[in-house]
Amino acid sequence: MPLAISKLDDFICGHSPHPVTCGHGLEIGAGKVIPEINFTLPAMGIDAATWPEVRQIYEKLIDDICVRAVDLEVPGILVEFETLPAMTVAPRWGLEIVEILAQAIDKFHEKHGLKSALRFTPNDIRDYMAPSKMRSGPYFEAMSEAFEGAAAAGADILSIESTGGKEVCDDAIRFGNLRQMIFGLASLAARDMDFLWRHMVEVCRRTNIVPGGDAACAFGNTAMILADQKFIPKMFAALVRVATVPRSLVAYQVGATGPSKDCSYEGPYLKAITGIPIAMEGRASACAHLTHVGNIVQAVCDTWSNESVQYVRLLSAYAPTVSMEHLAYDCRLMNTAGQTREGAILMRDWAVESDAGFDPQAWVLRPDVALRISQKIIDQPTPYLQTRAAAFWAAEEIADAVQRGRLAVSKREDRWLSKMRAEIDELPDDENELIEEMLATPIAAKFIPAEYGLTA
Amino acid sequence: MSELKKLYDAILDGNVKSAVALTKQAIAEKCDPAEVINGTMIPAMSEVGRLYEKEEYFVPEMLLSARAMKSALELLRPLLANSGVEPTGRVVIGTVAGDLHDIGKNLVVSMLEGAGFEVTDLGIDVPPQRFIDAIAEKKPQIIGMSALLTVTMPAIKTTIDAISAAGLRDRVKIMIGGAPVTAEYAKQIGADGYSVNASVAVTVAKQMIGLEVA
Repeated sequence: MPLAISKLDDFICGHSPHPVTCGHGLEIGAGKVIPEINFTLPAMGIDAATWPEVRQIYEKLIDDICVRAVDLEVPGILVEFETLPAMTVAPRWGLEIVEILAQAIDKFHEKHGLKSALRFTPNDIRDYMAPSKMRSGPYFEAMSEAFEGAAAAGADILSIESTGGKEVCDDAIRFGNLRQMIFGLASLAARDMDFLWRHMVEVCRRTNIVPGGDAACAFGNTAMILADQKFIPKMFAALVRVATVPRSLVAYQVGATGPSKDCSYEGPYLKAITGIPIAMEGRASACAHLTHVGNIVQAVCDTWSNESVQYVRLLSAYAPTVSMEHLAYDCRLMNTAGQTREGAILMRDWAVESDAGFDPQAWVLRPDVALRISQKIIDQPTPYLQTRAAAFWAAEEIADAVQRGRLAVSKREDRWLSKMRAEIDELPDDENELIEEMLATPIAAKFIPAEYGLTA
Repeated sequence: MSELKKLYDAILDGNVKSAVALTKQAIAEKCDPAEVINGTMIPAMSEVGRLYEKEEYFVPEMLLSARAMKSALELLRPLLANSGVEPTGRVVIGTVAGDLHDIGKNLVVSMLEGAGFEVTDLGIDVPPQRFIDAIAEKKPQIIGMSALLTVTMPAIKTTIDAISAAGLRDRVKIMIGGAPVTAEYAKQIGADGYSVNASVAVTVAKQMIGLEVA
């Protein structure tokens, strides 16, 4: 199976082989990078007493954002609303906010011609229950209610950051246990993705909205944040990042069309393999979390996001408006460079080279590395073998870069690379062997095998 | 016993299997359990802590050592009741109501256990009443609470207020943490301490019970 993008010169930001058009004439991946704005509430509780204030905050912040977007003449704007847990447990609350946001972007489109769309991302609350019911029960039902109501409330794109497999991956990350991580991603998460995304794609097709994509946030980003705090090796986080690709790929194999989620740092691989437009977050998301890959992630992005920002007052304006301005200027620069192919490639390569040599997590996001490993991934027939290949080739690419002096790593990081390469070599060819092994360990108590289509 | 040096190394290497086998051997040889703990296991964990502080170890290595120590300690625990050896301290910990995030809290649990604390983990989405019940039942010196979201952070204050209203505030020290939480916020809501991350949590806990000077 060939990659959707096989040539490095075709792998640039703003252009994807399968652009998505949605909302008020917003084209994503069709030649321009679009700012994608996200926001969250300040420190406050969410309950019946505070709900009127919650509504007012969203009304105010979206108005301010749209005013700034119009003033800065952005080529378009994608607004993402990601629910807070209380708004998914009570989906009517989440859907009320969708209505508020949709009405605002409608108004600005009508009045100012602002091209826009609204992405709705209910958060995955299935892990409220432990061990989690993944395919039924009150939490799954609440999420489904949010999916079903999305289109009527005014959403244009449905996305999620699903957490299937997190039960075992959290521990695997804490203990730096790559074998358990591969099991969690390939044998649990990929199966849950297949179930969940078939369901979401069916709802989206029936209600006529775009099935966007999923992020391996609970896995890759948890590892990234812990590595940033020097708790776990960056090497581990880098391998986990690439190992999440087959899991996230499942959504697109069963009908999701993109744009992928902003915190899906595995996006370049997804774009190379499927041709979907991708959302990315980098330096402009420092308002939500710090990063070591702030520039390189822009290399092949199609929307450019701030991840999330609290509604708090800064000197110039409220923080979401400030974020809108950051994104608008970043996109203006990328789109100016992108007016010629040479400019787009030069801008991409500057973004890449400014980060790649400092951190293995950046190295594996190099477009050339992503193309090579993506091919190795799709050469394999199953999510398990793809995940094993992803980890193996990521380790090979990193080792090669270290050996050639192109990637600087500390002694203890290098020690971990050797350790993990040995662990990958010991992974069995037969996934069932790994499943049986894991089901015989104490981690089996953390999940219900049948909820993942496995037999105990 | 020279085997105790091997137990020290097994804990340092995070080797559960060896740590368990060597502890069984020490028990069979009638070694004093308090001496095994104080003379071998706790020094091994101190060395692990030193290697972590020197950035030679990562957290996974420290957790594997803590796991090896815990496995060995479980074998010695029945013998300790008679020897009067107490844990470093007792902690009840949980992620507050409405919040599902627990990886940071779980790291704190592992590190406290590695430092010899007896930890009761109430899990995620813990309502105030469960903290109150646990104070009565487990008699901890410290309550630990975490929140990752700005909208669940206020539940820390709600929980502290509930503990005060139940008349239990004087019985415990309260330590809080989580991405949106700050030292200022901790002061503002009446917590006794704040930990910026899991490794600092052990130091803060020891300070709270007077084992280390702030």
